[in-house]
Amino acid sequence: MPDLHELRIHGRGGQGAVLACSILAQALIDDGKHAVSIPSFGFERRGAPVAAFLRFSDAPIRAMTNVYHPDCVICIDPTVAKTVDIYAGMKAGGTVVLTTKSALDELKFPDSVARVGLCDAVGIALSIYKRPVTNAIMLGAFARTSGLVSLASLKEALQQMEFRDAGLSQNLTAAERGYNETQVYDLAKVGHAAAVA
Amino acid sequence: MSVATAKERPNTNTPRSVVVEGNEAAAIGVGLSRPDVVAVYPITPQSSLVEHISQMIADGRLNASLMNVEGEHAVLNGLQGVALAGGRTFTATSGPGIAFMFEPYVRTPGLRLPMVASLVTRDLLSPQCVWGGQQDAMVVREAGWIQMHCETVQEILDTTVMAYKIAEHRDVMLPVNVCHDGNYLSFGVTRVELPEQEQVDKFLGPAATNWHIALDPLRPMGVDPLTGGSGGPGARNFVRYRKGECRGMQNALRVISEVHAEWAERFGRSHAPLIEEYRLDDADYALVTIGGMTGAAKDAVDIARDQGEAVGLIKVKTFRPFPLEAMTKALAKVNRVGVVDRSVSFGWNSGPVYAETLGALYHTGKPIPAVSFIGGLAGADITAEHFARAIALTRDLKWQSGPREPVWLNEND
Repeated sequence: MPDLHELRIHGRGGQGAVLACSILAQALIDDGKHAVSIPSFGFERRGAPVAAFLRFSDAPIRAMTNVYHPDCVICIDPTVAKTVDIYAGMKAGGTVVLTTKSALDELKFPDSVARVGLCDAVGIALSIYKRPVTNAIMLGAFARTSGLVSLASLKEALQQMEFRDAGLSQNLTAAERGYNETQVYDLAKVGHAAAVA
Repeated sequence: MSVATAKERPNTNTPRSVVVEGNEAAAIGVGLSRPDVVAVYPITPQSSLVEHISQMIADGRLNASLMNVEGEHAVLNGLQGVALAGGRTFTATSGPGIAFMFEPYVRTPGLRLPMVASLVTRDLLSPQCVWGGQQDAMVVREAGWIQMHCETVQEILDTTVMAYKIAEHRDVMLPVNVCHDGNYLSFGVTRVELPEQEQVDKFLGPAATNWHIALDPLRPMGVDPLTGGSGGPGARNFVRYRKGECRGMQNALRVISEVHAEWAERFGRSHAPLIEEYRLDDADYALVTIGGMTGAAKDAVDIARDQGEAVGLIKVKTFRPFPLEAMTKALAKVNRVGVVDRSVSFGWNSGPVYAETLGALYHTGKPIPAVSFIGGLAGADITAEHFARAIALTRDLKWQSGPREPVWLNEND
């Protein structure tokens, strides 16, 4: 399939990982792509690890299945990686976008990771929402890290959503700050010794 | 105001489109069909479907009455009253919900009420699970409802509208379940094109009431008479009713095809009405699929074709009535067949679609090696890799007299 991207979002129940996946699908479709987003299924409850999956391509997508070999992982929670292997099945040359306060040299990555985006989304969320709602921020961080979706399309997609827990203007600010406040590293270029601890 | 106004993007795409989950696509289809009364009782993974409809009604985008009742049994009893009064109805349910609905559910076809209900398919208890599977649909397959299984989110929207035209056709007058897979289709989000309300109005026409049975104060009559037994006219009367239902189901095969053809003509989107043949004409062997699993199966067929495998695919859209003729025609083209079910037939130690496929094979006059694959139970995923295994096993099938054990695709996941 030409130019197929497979993406997985990790988070915890209540942070909006599933909704973020839908918003991203909307933004990609607005950019002229074909996209399908599918949430992983569990008993939805706050705080439990959740995942959501997204495929997008220039060609139509038929498979309505989960993603097992992502080329990109977005993790919108700073601690979920302690209980879930967020890199499971990742393709070589992959991109990861993390919510973290840590600097690059404090982190370790598996060999499959080539590009890293780091964003202190919890800190930004606390200043915008007074709560650690990181999904819109991390979409901005993903746009910055991957270049696969434009910030403008993300903001357009956010404007179409009906939000229960956060205002639109807050979410637009969140996406923009996520975009602006993400550090992007190509591990080969910065000479990072990639290895899982 | 259009039913989908909340997320509509009028200036970005032609035709107009929205990005929605399968349940919302069904809700949009319902809204476009302008039911008079919608009765709801939420149950996973169907809940968001009726929540979307409730929101449409609350926003004034759909002019219908919403009955929020105490359970699924009351849902369908209430809607039978609406249909008997000549109204167009809708509800949606799933798994244990249809179990609780069962008593009025089995009465509906015999009453010849042209109702439409989404069945967001879910596996059945026990053991406890809340996820997708088609066991609920398969359990009710002999209840007399028409069952169409959707493959894509777009097909859910389109089929929901078409279902009204099929149910209300004079030669059918039977209830329709539009089935879509719980989880993968119900919550899968993608772009769908929106039919114009005006065009849907023209397509459906005014609600066609079954005036034979509808309550009319000027024409009092007994409804649902006591018949049957072995003495007097009861026996032949009962046969007349049952035979009529069976005839309505057989008529539905023709009507479903006609309605799908008209849909394609008016809206430019074509869906196979009964059986879809995919890369079958030059195939040596084939997989049979049903519902939302089919997309990944088609991907797997394409990959196998690229490797030189002469494999095709037969998708069952209409499961009740079973499209025997179309299925026989498709099966006659191949020499081995593997049938993938998302449910089990306890009677046959196989999947139910497998058992139906064996029935159709009788009519080809050519018994061929066949195997039953069971996968995707209780939310399990059937990926292109699972289908690749099914393709390889089907390719290597040899004739075997007597029953063959099913292959459980997720057994070692």
